[in-house]
Amino acid sequence: ENTKIRVKPDHSGVVTDGVKHSMNPFCEIAVEEAVKLKEKKLIKEVVAVSCGPTQVTETIRTALAMGCDRGIHVEVSGKDYEAMGPLQISKIFAALAKKEEASLIILGKQAIDDDCNQTGQMTAALLDWPQGTFASEVTIDGEKVKVVREIDGGLETIKISMPAVLTADLRLNTPRYATLPNIMKAKKKKIANMKPADLGVDMVSRVEVLRVDEPPTRLAGVKVETVDDLVAKLRANGTI
Amino acid sequence: MFPASRYSIQAQRCIRALKTVKAEHAPPQLYTWRWKCSSAVTPRITSHYTICPRDKDPRWEGVEMERFADEADVVIVGGGPAGLSAAIRLKQLANKQEKELRVCLVEKASQIGAHTLSGACLEPSALNELFPDWKERGAPLNTPVTEDVFSLLTKKYRIPVPMLPGLPMNNHGNYIVRLGHFVRWLGEQAEELGVEIYPGYAAAEVLFHEDGSVKGIATNDVGIAKDGSPKDVFERGMELHAKVTLFGEGCHGHLAKQLYRQFNLRENCEPQTYAIGLKEVWLIDEKKWRPGRVEHSVGWPLNRNTYGGSFLYHLNEGEPLVALGLVVGLDYTNPYLSPFREFQRWKHHPFIAKTLEGGNRIAYGARALNEGGYQCLPKVTFPGGMLIGCSPGFMNVPKIKGTHTAMKSGMLAAEAIFPKVTAKDLASETAGLHVPEYEDNLKKSWIWKELYSVRNIRPSFHNYFGLYGGMVYTGVFYWILRGKEPWTLKHAGLDSAQLKPAKECTAIEYPKPDGKLSFDLLSSVALSGTNHEGDQPPHLTLKDDSVPVANNLAIYDGPEQHFCPAGVYEYVPLETGEGMRLQINAQNCVHCKTCDIKDPSQNINWVVPEGSGGPAYNGM
Repeated sequence: ENTKIRVKPDHSGVVTDGVKHSMNPFCEIAVEEAVKLKEKKLIKEVVAVSCGPTQVTETIRTALAMGCDRGIHVEVSGKDYEAMGPLQISKIFAALAKKEEASLIILGKQAIDDDCNQTGQMTAALLDWPQGTFASEVTIDGEKVKVVREIDGGLETIKISMPAVLTADLRLNTPRYATLPNIMKAKKKKIANMKPADLGVDMVSRVEVLRVDEPPTRLAGVKVETVDDLVAKLRANGTI
Repeated sequence: MFPASRYSIQAQRCIRALKTVKAEHAPPQLYTWRWKCSSAVTPRITSHYTICPRDKDPRWEGVEMERFADEADVVIVGGGPAGLSAAIRLKQLANKQEKELRVCLVEKASQIGAHTLSGACLEPSALNELFPDWKERGAPLNTPVTEDVFSLLTKKYRIPVPMLPGLPMNNHGNYIVRLGHFVRWLGEQAEELGVEIYPGYAAAEVLFHEDGSVKGIATNDVGIAKDGSPKDVFERGMELHAKVTLFGEGCHGHLAKQLYRQFNLRENCEPQTYAIGLKEVWLIDEKKWRPGRVEHSVGWPLNRNTYGGSFLYHLNEGEPLVALGLVVGLDYTNPYLSPFREFQRWKHHPFIAKTLEGGNRIAYGARALNEGGYQCLPKVTFPGGMLIGCSPGFMNVPKIKGTHTAMKSGMLAAEAIFPKVTAKDLASETAGLHVPEYEDNLKKSWIWKELYSVRNIRPSFHNYFGLYGGMVYTGVFYWILRGKEPWTLKHAGLDSAQLKPAKECTAIEYPKPDGKLSFDLLSSVALSGTNHEGDQPPHLTLKDDSVPVANNLAIYDGPEQHFCPAGVYEYVPLETGEGMRLQINAQNCVHCKTCDIKDPSQNINWVVPEGSGGPAYNGM
């Protein structure tokens, strides 16, 4: 997770071979919240879902080790995986939610590799379910959920009906460690396999990545002594 | 806190008074040692439970310390070439004889290969024995060696040294590999054979039966705060019990250090001597790329009395990548020497710079390696366990290869254990199985012959002419006599005892990094991808927090700030008053173990941090 990422020589993306892939930090918080709700006996079963190639089963196992009951691995690999984005994932989640008759979908607010912050919202829209995004506190009250949301102006508290989609923000909880005994027990929990086609989802992307470049190296700053110097320099480089 | 018996009544009163101050995450607490002559103020640095026991610590009262335990037939500590080869061999034997065998392997890195760092030129001898069909299985040996070049460098020039067949450095038939990728492949083979591999879990403690034999290991606790107190997410590690436990922690393992003392394994051998290897991977200009080319050099920038040399290997894996690095013997005497900065300035030599110009650095890392060879081999078996790989140290120093011998030692260990562990009745005097056959097999194998024949090359360096004397010795005795001379030379002793006081040495003027060929320490550390959970006790523990300033800084000018390749140790001015304090930036650590080896006070004890912490090497 901390390897220096570099751009592929053909600028089509970043090199992912050999880079450790681990659970998105906000999704860890989401899993922790779900497990906490189950421990409070407010929900019956937690299913961990991940879309991607074979390596994602490791991530699902970590979720199972944290306390989820079973997992679902939606296999997406190759070109489909490279083109996969929030729209395709939310279609998959929407289809699964209907199939599993879920009452809550909890996700991380955004993935730290693309920072899209779209999957939760799109999933709710596709299902026509209410959404409680950027949650820093979740309380289940009968058939309703009270969500305290972190917004620019402060905190907003809303009450939404279930079934609903929630997205986890940083301060919702501190995820527990997946301890070794739990990892060993998780090997016995079931992970079901399926493909997007089984759920009637087409993976065609509406987005085409043209080019990936490294951010430009930051140039050294220049110190000036007086305001006149500053104005002269700004004039010289065409800013004013 | 500190073992109270070591201090006087006055100090005990101080400690008791301070215990009532239960500050959770306070800045370094200051203790004034009134009973010492100097009024030195030592901020608290070490909070790890191996130095500050938890059983008397009031913050740990009532915390559940019971551990979950599980049983396996064999437990292996360390997912490197030795550990994985042992695991694979065990399962190959079990599957062939249709016997059940539970083999569990724990590895502190977040994934297999992430803490692996080596040149490396792999001699495929052990691999051919382990997997004769390694090519069909897709082992990443993609770069056969095509040219072998050896140079003696001076500040500006290069003297070519002929690479005659028969010299230990000759690489005909070998492969340049990215060892991290090779180890990852070994891990995949092991999992396919049914080995249970648990990356991200470090073996933190050795467990013992009542009769003193090894019972297994316990993995690290998680969720301890920086000041040593339990956090909400605190969880105890797990115990893995086994009939035999294999310790393959690599060079200078921390559990091995404990086992040497416990079972007196080093009573008949010399203390191990080490070197530090720093490595970078560069993407170079395609026009300069010569896949399969192996370059080694000795000489500049090291003086003739500082052992060391460089490597530069051109890989053949699609992109114009080169792996390069510098190895510096840790028996150096000048406390101002910085292996990192020697490495950076070596790259400016015209012969090296011409390959790197126009290229981009994409990786950096460092690791200690063994230099002792035959004279430093300890006893490797004890009731309940054994040592494999670079941990006891089977590296062939003049060949600069240790992977093939590490793998072979793992395989020999497996072959010795298997009949005993699957026998109908365990017939053992001790609860943990003792398998001395492993040591006998080692002595009969090619590892022993190989290490014996090169045993005098490294120590031959300890003469007035230093490097030149060593080269002459190698030319005469190894190349001609193949190591059959009847004497065995000795090493210089403990590396940590070799430093001269700073006032007897001159500081070395290193050039500033130019940002194109040479770089500063912190940007290099960033490239290693190293990181640790910040809120945990520093895993670089000090037996005595006052020793660094009183001894290391006072006499040796703080050599740890020069030899650490990750900038962990810094002497900074105290926030109030005069004087300095040692700041330990544990998060930067790349797990090279150099500090534990070279600290002249032998006050630093490296212990394993929370699992998954450490470098994130990819194919190093």
